[in-house]
Amino acid sequence: MSEGIDEVLRSKLQQQGVWVSSMQELYNWGRKNSIWPLQFGLACCAIEMIATAASRYDIARFGGEVFRPSPRQADLMIVAGTVTKKMAPQIVRLYNQMADPKYVIAMGACAISGGPFKQGYNVLKGIDRYIPVDVYIPGCPPRPEALLHAFMELQRKIDEQKLSGANKAAHLDSEQPSEFPVPAFGKHDLEPPANPDVFHPPKLERV
Amino acid sequence: MKPNSYLFIVIFIGVALVFPLIPLALAWLWRRIFQPPKPGPQKNAIYECGVESLGEAQIQFRSQYYLYAIMFLIFDVEAIFLVPFAVAFTGLPVGAFIAILVFLLLLIEGLVWAWSKGCLQWER
Repeated sequence: MSEGIDEVLRSKLQQQGVWVSSMQELYNWGRKNSIWPLQFGLACCAIEMIATAASRYDIARFGGEVFRPSPRQADLMIVAGTVTKKMAPQIVRLYNQMADPKYVIAMGACAISGGPFKQGYNVLKGIDRYIPVDVYIPGCPPRPEALLHAFMELQRKIDEQKLSGANKAAHLDSEQPSEFPVPAFGKHDLEPPANPDVFHPPKLERV
Repeated sequence: MKPNSYLFIVIFIGVALVFPLIPLALAWLWRRIFQPPKPGPQKNAIYECGVESLGEAQIQFRSQYYLYAIMFLIFDVEAIFLVPFAVAFTGLPVGAFIAILVFLLLLIEGLVWAWSKGCLQWER
């Protein structure tokens, strides 16, 4: 959506063969159609992620086939699988090492909440405790179609990001951080158990 | 007036300079106007699959590994020649037996020499 252009006028112009765009629209159009994910799988969800990248489901149709082995070249982190407390600091560090703009898809029940291992002593109850997650996919594991859907949702999200103004995209805002604190091993658990700047769980109100 | 025949090379150099400079300048402008750089200690840190890097990259290996590799080679070459020899042993003349004994002696001599030099001792 571009501000400043009347949609009716735009379609009228388009009928006459004049294509009007804005810088924001071009920028987002280019970015959303070339999302490079980080080649990074944690558990069984990663198998579904591999299937999504392979020929049958083919994430290349959406411009996301270039899985990069280095965070320096990746735009998207697909947290595919169970995040153990041993692995959580490494994930946050990898996220920190990615270049802006960067996005996160939490794939599967484990990555969004701990899933079937939520009661376990060694499983993190959702990666959104430490890094901001853009799209959540439920499922155990989610089918490749679900990952494709999440990918399209992310593209929609990127398309709506603002280039300027008060609510511009986080990577364009010098006030917004690009790195998040890496949790360390404490006596019993990761310290801190969650990053309060990132983690906003819904408040349960008992009536 | 006929233009200098080298003029087109000058034009080529000009185009070759301007062509890459325009995207670089655009990227620089974009960074200045829209996207603030956000470096940080972790973003600039060495990438080691998410694990913090330990120590220096330039380290020295002990030269004794090299000596051990050489020692291993004695037994390795021995095995390569001894196995076919042992398989065909019953059909071989006495000359072949003596030849392999000489060959073994040469290698064992080397091993004894290295042993006496203390190559099998792991120095700390």
